[in-house]
Amino acid sequence: MNELPHARATQDLAPGEEQGGRESLARYLTGLGFAIVLTLASFWAAQTEFVWPPSVPILLAVLAIGQMGVHLVFFLQISSAPDQTNNFLALAFGVFVVALVVFGSMIIMANLNANMMPSPMPMG
Amino acid sequence: MLGKLTWDAIPWDQPIPLAAAASVIVTIVVVVAIIVAKGWLPTLWNEWITSVDHKRIGVMYFILGLVMLLRGFTDAIMMRSQQAIAAAGAQGYLPPEHFDQIFSAHGTIMIFFVAMPFMIGLMNFVVPLQLGIRDVAFPVLNSVGFWITAAGVLLVNISLVVGEFAKTGWLAYPPLSELAYSPGVGVDYYLWSLQISGVGTLLTGINLTTTILKMRAPGMSYSRMPIFCWTALAANLLIIAAFPILTGTFAMLLLDRYLGFHFFTNELGGNAMMYINLIWAWGHPEVYILILPAFGIFSEVISTFSGKPLFGRRSMIVATMAICMLSFLVWLHHFFTMGAGANVNGFFGVMTMIIAVPTGVKVFNWLFTLYGGSIRFGVPVYWAIGFMITFIIGGMTGVMLAAPPTDFVLHNSLFLVAHFHNVIIGGVVFGAFAGYNYWFPKAFGFTLHEGLGKASFWCWFVGFYLAFMPLYALGLMGATRRMQHYADPGWQPLMLVAFAGSVVILAGIVLTIAQLVVSIRSRENLRDATGDPWSGRTLEWSTTSPPPPWNFAVLPQVEGSDAYWEMKKRSTTQRVAEPRLQPIEMPKNTPIGFVIAFFATVTGFALVWHIWWMAILGLIGLFGAVLIHGWRVSGEVEVSIEVLAAVAGGPTAPGAEP
Amino acid sequence: MTTLETFTPEAMTDSKAAPISERGPARTEVVVGFGFWLFLLSDIVIFATFFAAYAVLSGNTAGGPSGAQLFDRWRVLIETACLLASSFTCGLFSMAIQRRSFAGAFLGAVVTFLLGGAFIALEVSEFARMIETGAGPTRSAFLSAFFALVGAHGLHVTLGLVWLLTMIAQIATLGFRPMVVRRLFCFSLFWHALDIVWIGVFTIVYLGAR
Repeated sequence: MNELPHARATQDLAPGEEQGGRESLARYLTGLGFAIVLTLASFWAAQTEFVWPPSVPILLAVLAIGQMGVHLVFFLQISSAPDQTNNFLALAFGVFVVALVVFGSMIIMANLNANMMPSPMPMG
Repeated sequence: MLGKLTWDAIPWDQPIPLAAAASVIVTIVVVVAIIVAKGWLPTLWNEWITSVDHKRIGVMYFILGLVMLLRGFTDAIMMRSQQAIAAAGAQGYLPPEHFDQIFSAHGTIMIFFVAMPFMIGLMNFVVPLQLGIRDVAFPVLNSVGFWITAAGVLLVNISLVVGEFAKTGWLAYPPLSELAYSPGVGVDYYLWSLQISGVGTLLTGINLTTTILKMRAPGMSYSRMPIFCWTALAANLLIIAAFPILTGTFAMLLLDRYLGFHFFTNELGGNAMMYINLIWAWGHPEVYILILPAFGIFSEVISTFSGKPLFGRRSMIVATMAICMLSFLVWLHHFFTMGAGANVNGFFGVMTMIIAVPTGVKVFNWLFTLYGGSIRFGVPVYWAIGFMITFIIGGMTGVMLAAPPTDFVLHNSLFLVAHFHNVIIGGVVFGAFAGYNYWFPKAFGFTLHEGLGKASFWCWFVGFYLAFMPLYALGLMGATRRMQHYADPGWQPLMLVAFAGSVVILAGIVLTIAQLVVSIRSRENLRDATGDPWSGRTLEWSTTSPPPPWNFAVLPQVEGSDAYWEMKKRSTTQRVAEPRLQPIEMPKNTPIGFVIAFFATVTGFALVWHIWWMAILGLIGLFGAVLIHGWRVSGEVEVSIEVLAAVAGGPTAPGAEP
Repeated sequence: MTTLETFTPEAMTDSKAAPISERGPARTEVVVGFGFWLFLLSDIVIFATFFAAYAVLSGNTAGGPSGAQLFDRWRVLIETACLLASSFTCGLFSMAIQRRSFAGAFLGAVVTFLLGGAFIALEVSEFARMIETGAGPTRSAFLSAFFALVGAHGLHVTLGLVWLLTMIAQIATLGFRPMVVRRLFCFSLFWHALDIVWIGVFTIVYLGAR
């Protein structure tokens, strides 16, 4: 294959494709470290009294998205580098659809439920 | 031992389904007997059933669509005839339980097993040729996807003979589709058949997207890619994004029906509205999956037959991708009346109107392409012009429905039925026929008979207007959809006109079949010797008709959009170098697609009838087949230079030595 | 030492000058990897559907138990630790494959399998306990949505474990040929993606239950 070092930067890569041995271990260990910290932080945030309760869901969301990012960058090597463009755009499209399905459904269903007639008996 | 399955599952006491079932079985037996008697079985197995060639698979998809068109259309003409006579107390000839299955089967078959196979078949056949490559990214997966789709078709057709079909409409809304209100096997047939074929569609989406993004001929940048490939890309991105929603939603309904879950039930906290929300989050992108390839077909046809490059190419591409994105932002317009409130309805109403804009851009681009061109009125052009007139009307009624207040009056009326048939027939079906006539010579080496093609078009065109314009009026007069009978005798004349229209369309279908038969009989007179019968602009026309299995012995070097047109221009001004042949690798045929589909059918049938041991065996067989295929170590066969040179007798590129 | 295959000569224009989009069909690894990435994205949309159902139905307990009453966060923390660790060991597995080391690959695979198996065992025992105490999926829409979402993830992990065993068998019988290496690569993408989905599950379902 192409031995020219600078040609690597302009190659097309699959997501997560390895490029070197030594850098890999450091990358995985760093990713693991961040992930552990973020996981413990999440579990802590869910049951602590130190954080203003109404903001806990937002904090959890931030920690979760952060950890997903850690996995994507450190374990899956997705980034906005030019050799990852297709992979990144595909991911962005996927995130767009996921956000629409989840948040769109939540908003729509909340509105629909709110407009339901009050039921005469308690639900079974 | 056999779950819920007994001899009573066959409709002995219902003459119409029984007759239909008997005639289908007889037809199948006769066809199989002919194939075996003429010794065609080995060829059929080696060249078609186990083929991983995108061209063969594309043809098989299209044939599947044509065959299912006959069944879906039979349902249609039954509905029209029933509604033509069942006025003011008359009950017609179809009892309600049967009528309900007919309209459900009609919609399910037409969307999933006619329109989708037409578009997927054409995309499969054309995209690799237009991209200047040898096959799609995953040829074996392509075969698997086709055969799994066929498994879904088989299950739907078995439901005609053994058991019943859903009586819920083509989307099977709960709570009617829940076990409490549909205890029979109909909904289960519907769900399993669509879950299975849905996997096939998803595989196609992954395959074609990867092919278009990662495998194009050298020099073919995104901006030089043919427009049909752009629309195919948008459609396949939508498949990847939307079909999983269908899979998940059907899984939830299956869990409700089989394991007593409460997603959409009336009791214990279920919410049926959630199903409708999710199913339309799939359903709206689905109709764009259908129409975008059709738009691409028309772009190709119009530019080729006008002898001009497509007007506003860049805006076409932008409009296509805009439609792709926007199609995810409109789905609530299918349930304005379900009560989400003015703010939500308003947002989605506005978004629906906005999505009409890029479509308008496309229409103007087509018109400006035709303008000033030297137009040759071949059969595909008839379909294209018929499309533009018809689709615009359908689109305008869509914009009418996009306004929530109007929709509150017209939701689920015959006006709605007329609108969506207007755009689907005018867009997808006309597109399929345009593509069929346009690319048939490439696939089979001879053109289709032009006179019969034009006759068929006129019957479809006139028949469509006769059949559906009355429905617009009826909808405005208050007629709801899916009525087995109605009280107002004033509606009957319009129903009769609609029925007459369906008979004219029937003539159109008969003429299509006649066109095929006559063309095959006179194929020597209609032979396409050059590979370029229409003076084409894109790379598929640079191959022989039909192309060799590898499409291109040497991948073309692309230097502009309308790559073949550029090559033709260059060859008149420069001497093109002789292509240097090298041995190539082609994927081997494999039965795995057929085998997987076989086990999928067995499993699906078993699950419908609650024959648990058979379902488990089916899954084991499926897994075993995949494992065995997983140990297949040589998936490719080398094609030598001698074979390439021998077959490359036709014009592989203009200027090359014959 | 590299896992990359050579370009086919005809597919190559000047690789230094031409943009990626004009170089002709990509290498098989890129094509397969991208195709599998698209499949993973489609799988994540299925999970999004289940997440949406959970978000909408999580309050519909129909008089039955709620998440706050049922969930044991310590168990979930252990499950999370198992899955995260297995993602890391999967990374070590990938590195061993890069080196074409049979021993390293087997070790990585076995440890990943055991950690994944522990995750499933914990999850199955949680489900069993809930069903025994009357908090099964047929009790309420909330529980239906819970069992479906978490169960779908668990089903994917189980299928992943079956796939991992198959891949161990393939390495043993076929060695590190390109076809096997591509499949191992797809497996590791799958396994990491499952951990990403789990982040969503434990945050929204378990930590979100109040």
